[in-house]
Amino acid sequence: MMSLIIGLGLVLVLGILYMIFRISNLVGLVKNEEEDIESGNNIHGYLFMAFIILGLGLFFWYSFTHFKSYTLPVASEHGVVTDNLFWVSMVVIVVAFVIISLAMFWFIFKYRYNKNRRAEYIADNHVLEIVWTVIPAIVLALLIFSGLRAWNDITGPASKEAEVVELVGQQWYWTVRYPGVKDNQLGHHNYKLIDASNEFGLDLTDKNSFDDFKASELHFPKGKEILLKIRAKDVLHSVFLPHFRVKMDAVPGMQTTFKFIATKTTDEMREETGNSKFNYEMACTEICGKGHFSMRFLVVVDEPEAYEKWKVSQETWLKLNPDYMKYVPDGLKEAAMINSGMDNISNTATQATATTVSIAN
Amino acid sequence: MATIDIHPQTEVHHDDHEHDHEHHGNFWTNYIFCQDHKVIAKQFLITGIFWALLGGMLSVIFRLQLGFPDANLEWLRPILGGWITGDGKIDTEFYLALVTMHGTIMVFFVLTAGLSGTFSNFLIPLQIGARDMASGFMNMLSYWFFFLSSVIMFTSLFLSTGPAGGGWTIYPPLSALPQAISGSGLGMTLWLVAMALFIVSSLLGGINYITTVINMRTKGMSFTKMPLTIWAFFFTAIIGVLSFPVLFSAALLLIFDRSFGTSFFLSDIYIGGEALPNQGGSPVLFQHLFWFLGHPEVYIVLLPALGLSSEIIATNSRKPIFGYKAMVGSMLFIAILSFVVWAHHMFVTGMNPFLGSIFTLLTLIIAVPSAVKIFNYVATLWKGNIIFTPAMLFSIGLVSFFLTGGITGIFLGNSAVDIQLHDTYFVVAHFHLVMGSASFFGMMAGVYHWFPKMFGRMMDYKLGQLHFWITFVGVYLVFFPMHYIGIAGFPRRYYSWTNFETFNSFADLNMLVSAAAILTMVAQFIFLFNFFYSIFRGKPAPANPWNSNTLEWTTPRNPGHGNWVGEIPTVYRWPYDYSKPGSKDDFIPQHIPYSETPESNLPHENELIKLEMGNEAIVVENKKH
Repeated sequence: MMSLIIGLGLVLVLGILYMIFRISNLVGLVKNEEEDIESGNNIHGYLFMAFIILGLGLFFWYSFTHFKSYTLPVASEHGVVTDNLFWVSMVVIVVAFVIISLAMFWFIFKYRYNKNRRAEYIADNHVLEIVWTVIPAIVLALLIFSGLRAWNDITGPASKEAEVVELVGQQWYWTVRYPGVKDNQLGHHNYKLIDASNEFGLDLTDKNSFDDFKASELHFPKGKEILLKIRAKDVLHSVFLPHFRVKMDAVPGMQTTFKFIATKTTDEMREETGNSKFNYEMACTEICGKGHFSMRFLVVVDEPEAYEKWKVSQETWLKLNPDYMKYVPDGLKEAAMINSGMDNISNTATQATATTVSIAN
Repeated sequence: MATIDIHPQTEVHHDDHEHDHEHHGNFWTNYIFCQDHKVIAKQFLITGIFWALLGGMLSVIFRLQLGFPDANLEWLRPILGGWITGDGKIDTEFYLALVTMHGTIMVFFVLTAGLSGTFSNFLIPLQIGARDMASGFMNMLSYWFFFLSSVIMFTSLFLSTGPAGGGWTIYPPLSALPQAISGSGLGMTLWLVAMALFIVSSLLGGINYITTVINMRTKGMSFTKMPLTIWAFFFTAIIGVLSFPVLFSAALLLIFDRSFGTSFFLSDIYIGGEALPNQGGSPVLFQHLFWFLGHPEVYIVLLPALGLSSEIIATNSRKPIFGYKAMVGSMLFIAILSFVVWAHHMFVTGMNPFLGSIFTLLTLIIAVPSAVKIFNYVATLWKGNIIFTPAMLFSIGLVSFFLTGGITGIFLGNSAVDIQLHDTYFVVAHFHLVMGSASFFGMMAGVYHWFPKMFGRMMDYKLGQLHFWITFVGVYLVFFPMHYIGIAGFPRRYYSWTNFETFNSFADLNMLVSAAAILTMVAQFIFLFNFFYSIFRGKPAPANPWNSNTLEWTTPRNPGHGNWVGEIPTVYRWPYDYSKPGSKDDFIPQHIPYSETPESNLPHENELIKLEMGNEAIVVENKKH
């Protein structure tokens, strides 16, 4: 019933609008058209002026008053550089934008139709044309070269001491693997070895894989170069660490990398933003299916000592999945036991039993 | 049917009999399988309007989700059925399908076919002085391939697994694996088939446009006397013919990967609990192939709009277009450069960073001719006598969007800055303004300006102006706030941002954007009413309603097949003799010889009179411009 009334109301409104249109049409037939164009023209001239003044006003007002709400604090070394580039370009661009916009809308207003005036026959002006070709070319060249210098630094090879972390994208979550504390090398992987438990497709014939561990949070040390090794298992994903100005696609069948240095720990950032609950996050920025918008992963930046401590406290993957010992070649079994920390298992187990016993007593 | 045989080269035959045959033929040959370029143009236009409405509607639906995430959309169930989940929300996978189809429809079906198809077809013969296209039959095929493609794409909307949902860029493996997203099932198959047909249509059209422009210009219409519209269509067609085949090959290889077990784009994939056998392919290869079309496509969409607006701005400023040669030169430069900038869409895809440097350089070079075009537009307005016809308003809107949207390309083209901005709302804001809205406004300007020639009637002036203002302000309200959202890092193609603390803001701006989008959409119904009402009830159009110089206004009010009764006018001057000092009227059409205008001739033009006397085509370059 309600929708019927709304429907009828809509029909009525449309009918009225149509009548207004017809009547104004009929009135228009009587009026002098020439005058009509000129008076109508004035209205549009003023509307354009109002538009540009209001528009630019709104633009500057919002940009300044809400600056904090649309800028993310930066927490990486190269991020400072690219942010600077961004804001330098912004100044250049806004200046150009304002000048051109004002000129255009001013001309539109000033030279609106007047039947007593005639447009000037100006076909070209070579000096002017050369000037406004050369100036943008020079300005752009400067922006390009500062941009390219930053780009070369960012994409250059990582140092040997860089802290390596492997990020794997899949529908619709991230898995993270650290190279472990014993050998600090990521073990080989092969997508054909992936199964429900072996999410990384870890190749256990490679001794580097024994101490690798999976992390449920991404930890970075502050002030040390970090090299992300990125891959994907199913479709494209893209690693996005907004506060670190890091973005790189995760591609199935191809490893991609990104190196950077984090400059602020989570605690420092909490202090800076005044938000005691602040957390760094990782997101996905390449469309990957229905869960694309939910690939959140928590990121923590620690002081280097805390980071090392955290790393040591992590259980190796092999230790958490002891069934996979069967894939380790016989000659390496002992190394696997040691590097994965499994030789402690019996000890810890005994201790645990002992504790239980003592509590029972 | 006799009229079909009329070929422009048999002009004598044509002139004598053209009008005898005018009313022959039946409904089918006159309106459906018609080979007349004007009818085909209208077919493209009407189909384009249908697609534009549909594409716009899709965007309103996903804007509802983004702007009003808590709203209950149960009321959409009668239309969307199972795509509304039990708790009255849009299904997340369907959301991606909406985004994908909105992009596909707008880029290809509206702004490529609807824009080029309409205006290249309509204006090329009329403005260069030809009876019809080089091949009327190919032209007809071009439309019907497009129609078939449209039918298939439209059908895909009604599949139970949904239409394609991997983004309009259809990057594999997502688009190759039905396990990854349900839209990559039959929906993707239909998408690929539809696009293959679309490419055929586009090539048939493009080859025709190029041939017609090169071969069929009337006497005196040298390249340097062609209106900028024709230059724009000409370059557009060349870009299309060179780049669409590459998309075709990409689509074909993707079809092989999907259906025949090849591994062009697939490698090392573990999905749905099993490892796929494909190895050695590269998803990045697809991106190269896609963007090799995808970037020129931006200019395929934009150049015709710039051409139309050049013509409209000159006419309604009552002034020659400023820097005709620079305009042609910058379009040529843009057309060439458009082929060597594609990888700026791929800075962070894992592509070699050295390539990134090269493409940064090339990309920012293309900003120079674009800037030149803007300066030329502004200089054309300077000291003009500007009449705000609806077409002129939309052209001004185009220049404004081209500036606002284009200038942010300087951030995105700079690879180091792009790292943060890539795939955020900043990109969405950028391309919707510079390519989407600017081209859409060019198309609207074209419709308002050439409607009198298409249908012999005038569109309502005031409704057109009202349509402009709501749309102009609406578009800015939709896309300007997205810059802020993008600088804040919000990724695109997100169903909602509430999973992230970093992105858990801007509910207010998103609501504003959605409300403005709905308003803008509603305003398009003003246009629709105006358009269809005026076809039947509009004021009869005068012969030359805008006092324009180009040849199409020398045809009868409703030009028949063959366009001109009697001989095709000869062209003596460039199309921009507006407000020439000395002349009585403020315009001198292209077909008026210099010998008839001694009062306004420039010195070197007086010398050309001798050549006119010989009744020869003027091949001597007009030195004035």
